[in-house]
Amino acid sequence: MDTRINFAGIKMKNPVTVASGTFGYGREYSNFFDLSKLGGIITKGTSIKPKSGNKPPRVCETPSGMLNSIGLQNPGVEYFAENDLPFLRKFDTAIIVNACGSTIEDYIEVCKILDTLPIDGVELNLSCPNVKAGCMAFGSSYEGVKEVTSKVRKVLNKPLIVKLTPNVSNIGEIAKGAEDGGADGVSLINTLLGMKIDIEKRRPVLANNTGGLSGPAIRPVAVRMVYEVAQAVNIPILGMGGIVNGEDAIEFLLAGASAISIGAGNFQDPYTSINTINEIEQYMKKHNIENINDIVGQVTMN
Amino acid sequence: MPEVVKAKLVEKEYLKPDIVRFKVEAKEMVRNSKPGNFIEIRVSETTVPFLRRPISIYNLNKNEGTLEFIFQIKGEGTRLLSKKEEGDLIDIIGPLGMGTFKINNYEKIAIVGGGIGVFPLYELAKEAKEAERKVNIYLGFRSKDFVVLENKFKEVSDKLVITTDDGSYGKKGFAINKLEEDLENNKIDCIYACGPLPMLRAVKKLTIEKNIPCQISLEERMGCGIGVCLGCAVKTARSTNENPEYWHVCKGGPVFQAKDVDI
Repeated sequence: MDTRINFAGIKMKNPVTVASGTFGYGREYSNFFDLSKLGGIITKGTSIKPKSGNKPPRVCETPSGMLNSIGLQNPGVEYFAENDLPFLRKFDTAIIVNACGSTIEDYIEVCKILDTLPIDGVELNLSCPNVKAGCMAFGSSYEGVKEVTSKVRKVLNKPLIVKLTPNVSNIGEIAKGAEDGGADGVSLINTLLGMKIDIEKRRPVLANNTGGLSGPAIRPVAVRMVYEVAQAVNIPILGMGGIVNGEDAIEFLLAGASAISIGAGNFQDPYTSINTINEIEQYMKKHNIENINDIVGQVTMN
Repeated sequence: MPEVVKAKLVEKEYLKPDIVRFKVEAKEMVRNSKPGNFIEIRVSETTVPFLRRPISIYNLNKNEGTLEFIFQIKGEGTRLLSKKEEGDLIDIIGPLGMGTFKINNYEKIAIVGGGIGVFPLYELAKEAKEAERKVNIYLGFRSKDFVVLENKFKEVSDKLVITTDDGSYGKKGFAINKLEEDLENNKIDCIYACGPLPMLRAVKKLTIEKNIPCQISLEERMGCGIGVCLGCAVKTARSTNENPEYWHVCKGGPVFQAKDVDI
């Protein structure tokens, strides 16, 4: 049985990664299990300069999920390179850095630095719904995605994955923008924009009013979008959105994802990613699947 | 170092119709816990409710390897948790929070608590008393019906003052006001507080005016509870509009020096 994959030029021992913003830079979860068991780690969104993030409250519970408006709080790429990357590199797993910015120049600058670091790839965050500038603004049109992707491509030799927002009307077209801009892969979905109102205060719970919805609540939307993108592009897909176990992960693989990420599921149970790896193997055994790559995109539509 | 355990519920007691005390077996966790630490509890086998519930540690029984926590049944999560029975296993992450109550070399301490914020103060008072410090405790409740743990706190204090907002039990008024009166004639080396935000703000103001060290335990909505999601932000005192700065209750806290945070 072979669970190894080559995702967009990044070699992984299995298709299970942990999603940006749900795993920090790995330290906290290393208390619970050996990070080398993971296919890969996508770091917290990292920008050229440190970012302080949004006012609290930043998170709230919703049915089968949660809203967040963290606002990309991070210590900046230089701090990351010096303090967090050496720790992450101790583990035998792919390290993919999620890069964010407010302007195209920000994206270019942070990727120039990332290109010099011992990392396996970059996930370009064109999809955060919680910051005023950049991100989702670029990620909401074919032209915007293509422009940022192609400009970053010029400075980045490492594998480039573009993370897409689901808050668009045609996700396939957006993914095509990434492919045409020179991306090696796409990842989706980022969170769906949502809002929760405190009916006693008659105000939104989040200080930022709106936030990104994640967790099992968004899974069917994510599976549908992964399928649509798989029909639209020829580059591999890192699928995510509410995966909490092996069955969920298999759904994404069948829909067309070559690899998957566990996001908010890490919060419910720190072992979600490890359990998912084991459950994928059990599914392979049960269905006599020799190679995990054999089931990617194998859904038959009605 | 936090760990994930399936801890056996060995004792369950209703202190009030909506306030429950649980005692669980968690030997290693108890050994590593300090006053002020909290735990994160998975209340559902399914994904509803989705997030764990952060609950502060009330009492550590180091000899028997058990820890106790008390929670108010407020929403779906705590309602589900309250359905657990003795013998059931509870999925707990802990101990959490690097910011804990520090007794240091303070000889005379005062502890101020309000409402359900009194629970994390018990272990602190107990350890201070064991370390032979002088412990004055001021606990405020809305009314007589809300007063809890009076006898437990009496055991671990040199002086215990109970106040109620409406005067239906103990002294009428706020706990902080009784502390303030006592400060006129007594030197206190450090003040510890946990409770509603207006109370914490008043304690912070008082201790800055009187130049007394003050440690407060904060609450904020949490996502992960272990320091990765950066959800439970609290503004630092040195934060400015131009250069905002946040710490996180789950990791840097839940206990902070009152002067260091903007509450």
